[in-house]
Amino acid sequence: MIYDALIAPFIEFEFMRRALAAVIALALGGAPIGVFLMLRRMSLVGDAMAHAILPGAAVGFLLSGLNLFAMTLGGLIAGFTVAILAGVVARTTDLKEDASLATFYLASLALGVTIVSIKGTNIDLLHVLFGNILAMDDPTLLVVAFNATITLVVLAVIYRPLVIESVDPVFLRTVSRAGAPAHLAFLALVVVSLVNGFQALGTLLAVGLMILPAGIARFWSRDITGMICIAVVSAIVAGYAGLVLSFQTRVPSGPAIILVAALLYVASVLFGNVRGVIRQMFPGRHLEA
Amino acid sequence: MTAQLQFRDVTLGYDRHPAVHHLDGEVATGALLAISGPNGAGKSTLFRGIVGILKPLAGTILTGDLDVHDIAYLPQMVDIDRSFPISVFDFVGTGLWRTVGFFGGIGKEARGKIAQALAAVGLSGFESRTIGTLSGGQMQRMLFARVLLQDARLIVLDEPFNAVDAKTSADLLALVKRWHAEKRTVLAALHDMDLVRANFPETLLLARGEVAWGATADVLTVENLMEARRMCEAFDDSAAACAVDDAPSQAA
Repeated sequence: MIYDALIAPFIEFEFMRRALAAVIALALGGAPIGVFLMLRRMSLVGDAMAHAILPGAAVGFLLSGLNLFAMTLGGLIAGFTVAILAGVVARTTDLKEDASLATFYLASLALGVTIVSIKGTNIDLLHVLFGNILAMDDPTLLVVAFNATITLVVLAVIYRPLVIESVDPVFLRTVSRAGAPAHLAFLALVVVSLVNGFQALGTLLAVGLMILPAGIARFWSRDITGMICIAVVSAIVAGYAGLVLSFQTRVPSGPAIILVAALLYVASVLFGNVRGVIRQMFPGRHLEA
Repeated sequence: MTAQLQFRDVTLGYDRHPAVHHLDGEVATGALLAISGPNGAGKSTLFRGIVGILKPLAGTILTGDLDVHDIAYLPQMVDIDRSFPISVFDFVGTGLWRTVGFFGGIGKEARGKIAQALAAVGLSGFESRTIGTLSGGQMQRMLFARVLLQDARLIVLDEPFNAVDAKTSADLLALVKRWHAEKRTVLAALHDMDLVRANFPETLLLARGEVAWGATADVLTVENLMEARRMCEAFDDSAAACAVDDAPSQAA
């Protein structure tokens, strides 16, 4: 019975296997980025960036119909433009990252809505908003996997300066000029992960598989390496369970994955090792030293 | 002795208001210089100019043949994110950036150096603690350990003994003396005049501009200290553009 529920869908149906592969790639690429977003207090930035990408994808759709390459390219251009402009303005003026990004993404979103309303509404645009993970064809799957690989490789390259910049930015400025490039590279990685996610989960929920696993990890580990591992694992578990849930019920797959992740998050808040609610209420006897 | 640092008519400030005004002078290699002055005198600003975080509004600061790797800076208002999940060992280890850079591994020798640095500041046994669990004094000692690892020729300390108990102060001062003996140039911004008189042979008394600079006994006199206190702290919003002159500051 358990076999029927948990394993059979993936054995029998290729589209389920592809969806699982896509989700694993997204988890591997996006979860570490999500951990850094959370540690740098940029979680809402991730959400704003997802909104900033929408008009780019809409323009791509406008120009070439439901061509995923066009929408991806449009999303990348819009995302990079907003991310880099916001980053440069935040570093060179008094405006902090949050206000700088908010102004740019709102302008971007308004532009996108204007463009879309010129062409008129279209059902396919719903797929842009909510994703279509069950319709992964070969090219799309390859793009998703490729993006995830690029993300991991670049993250490995900028890992050290990124960590130091997050803890002690003044120190990094005095020993190296790598701070600003590392920061901009990180923003670019955020955009790549979001574009990757929106093909599977849609622009509204793409950031969910980055932020929720990071939130989960915070309650189980005190060390950044541990956090990244737990985030990746919980993203994969949420993806798998979400797909199963979607297959067995009528819940669409994108929201199902995010709902499972949210359930794991609530469980972590309550029962997590590191400052979970239950731990705080029943701490046990204090130690000798 | 050759000059390690040269200030050529340097003015540093924020939004065109000068916080350090027309400073001239030299710091010899291997000097142990205390920089003293009232609040708002420009000590932190001067340090930011020396390490390159702040560009001068006018004039230049010459650092001789030093590049960015040869200067270690211990800032006052530490912008460190205490909630970041990093251990004391890793944090102190970033002091080895000069030798390991982006990808260098931390091998046995490097680990040994980190352990030695922690022992020198009395933080042995703290290696796996996250930095958020340290007290103020322990954080300060950890930052000193990082400076130790940076192995720099010019060391710039901004009020290093704030919020630190007497024993720790004495231990850290011993480290400063050791650096001086190793012929490194050390600059320290300090408020505690007794500490300066007892340990620092040379002092610069700063009150936005130079009040006195030389041997500590000659600089920290009652007259000089009173003149420094007369400096006005607030920026003058209606000030005109500065015409270069030799007269002392007219602001009162």
